[in-house]
Amino acid sequence: MITLTDIHKTFDGKPILRGVNLTLPQGQSTVVIGASGSGKSVLMRSILGLVTPDSGTITHQDAPLNPQAFLNDFGMLFQGAALFDSLPIWQNVAFRLLRQMPKPRARAIALQKLARVGLDADVADRLPATLSGGMQKRAGLARAIATDPSVIFFDEPTTGLDPIMARTINTLIRDIVSETNATTLTITHDMTTVHSIADQVALLDKGKIRWHGTPAQMATATDDKLQAFLFSGS
Amino acid sequence: MIYLAVLGRVVLGTLGALGRVTIFAFSAIVHIFRPPLYVGQFLTSLVQIGWLSLPVVGLTALFTGGALVMQIYAGGARFNAQAVVPQIVAIGMVRELGPVLVGLMVAARVTAAIAAEIATMKVTEQLDALITLSTDPMRYLTVPRVLAALLVVPLLVAVGDVIGIMGGYIVATGSLGFNPTAYLRNTVDFLEPLDIASSLIKGAAFGMIAAIMGCYFGMNADRGARGVGRATKSAVEAAAVLILAANFVLTALIFAL
Repeated sequence: MITLTDIHKTFDGKPILRGVNLTLPQGQSTVVIGASGSGKSVLMRSILGLVTPDSGTITHQDAPLNPQAFLNDFGMLFQGAALFDSLPIWQNVAFRLLRQMPKPRARAIALQKLARVGLDADVADRLPATLSGGMQKRAGLARAIATDPSVIFFDEPTTGLDPIMARTINTLIRDIVSETNATTLTITHDMTTVHSIADQVALLDKGKIRWHGTPAQMATATDDKLQAFLFSGS
Repeated sequence: MIYLAVLGRVVLGTLGALGRVTIFAFSAIVHIFRPPLYVGQFLTSLVQIGWLSLPVVGLTALFTGGALVMQIYAGGARFNAQAVVPQIVAIGMVRELGPVLVGLMVAARVTAAIAAEIATMKVTEQLDALITLSTDPMRYLTVPRVLAALLVVPLLVAVGDVIGIMGGYIVATGSLGFNPTAYLRNTVDFLEPLDIASSLIKGAAFGMIAAIMGCYFGMNADRGARGVGRATKSAVEAAAVLILAANFVLTALIFAL
């Protein structure tokens, strides 16, 4: 379980996070929604240690979160996949594995993970630039799950994809999360993603968690900002 | 009063930037001595910085050596001192032109390439991806490039020195009537070990400057294509100016002793 308590962050005098309280329960899929500039990315980066909050606490399994230790059991799918241009796909997937085991074994696991996300073995030796956006996202997903981490983050997993590919990625995420029982955090604008993968949903508005509940509760919620977001996002 | 405030802001901004570059450079140097070294990245950097720079370095040195001979010959003819052409070309190439020209060519070619590559990695979140994969970008990207430049640029300078002297030799013996054997003997006899050592020391310093500037500006690039362009431009400018400044300081330190 990851718990954020009263997280504040200001950039150039402008408050981005203004007292965020959020819990990511063990083995559950939490989805944070919110308009552009609401602070979603800063929130995610704060947990990863890429941004240091001005105040507040972040705990992992009831102890202060140590980013270095935390990242050892962590995977992430980036918005643009963020595959390393100079490495073939299998080495991207096996990036962490290559430090832990011999090359042939790391390659075998990478091929397994590529197959799990629906990519053929013949893409393994290609460079990322030769793949389509959807294939890059799948490869990024394979990298995120390569070491079977207990925590996985998804940053706008369907942004830039066509509806069919977006549905495929959502289905893959949902299935992988349920198979691995990982604790996940997803940031998205896409309500299809929310309905597909969320156990709980949080609306971040102007740096604060404005609403929090399950996808089922979302439909009947009376919060005007949530309704406005649902209306604009659907 | 407003002018003073602007001046103050510029001075503080410049000092702040210098401080950040210095801390980054210090950190890069310290990390060289701490494992792990990413060998694959290091070998790739050796090839890209060293081997692939050879053509541009060789051609630059060749033409400069040839032009230098013609200039010194013409200048020397004003007071009947044409005979010292081999010696002056040798000392000019080895002490100054070789290291400086190679340094500037490396700054143009290598610093720009490093800055653009790392800035693109930053813009496309590849640096963040490295961190989430428990990999320190300083160790993975900066250390291999800085170490490779530190080792290989002195060799490039040595090659540039030799090719520059040979460029002068070709022009001097081919069109100015110098005796080939005497030209080479005068060149070799005149050079001292300190001349060659200074050339290599300058090469190592310039290589480090070129790589560190590329990495620093790449890692601190702003978002977007414009950020990549600006980082590349700033890296090359900073590397070129610092190489010339370092050349002055090193020359003073080595030859004023």
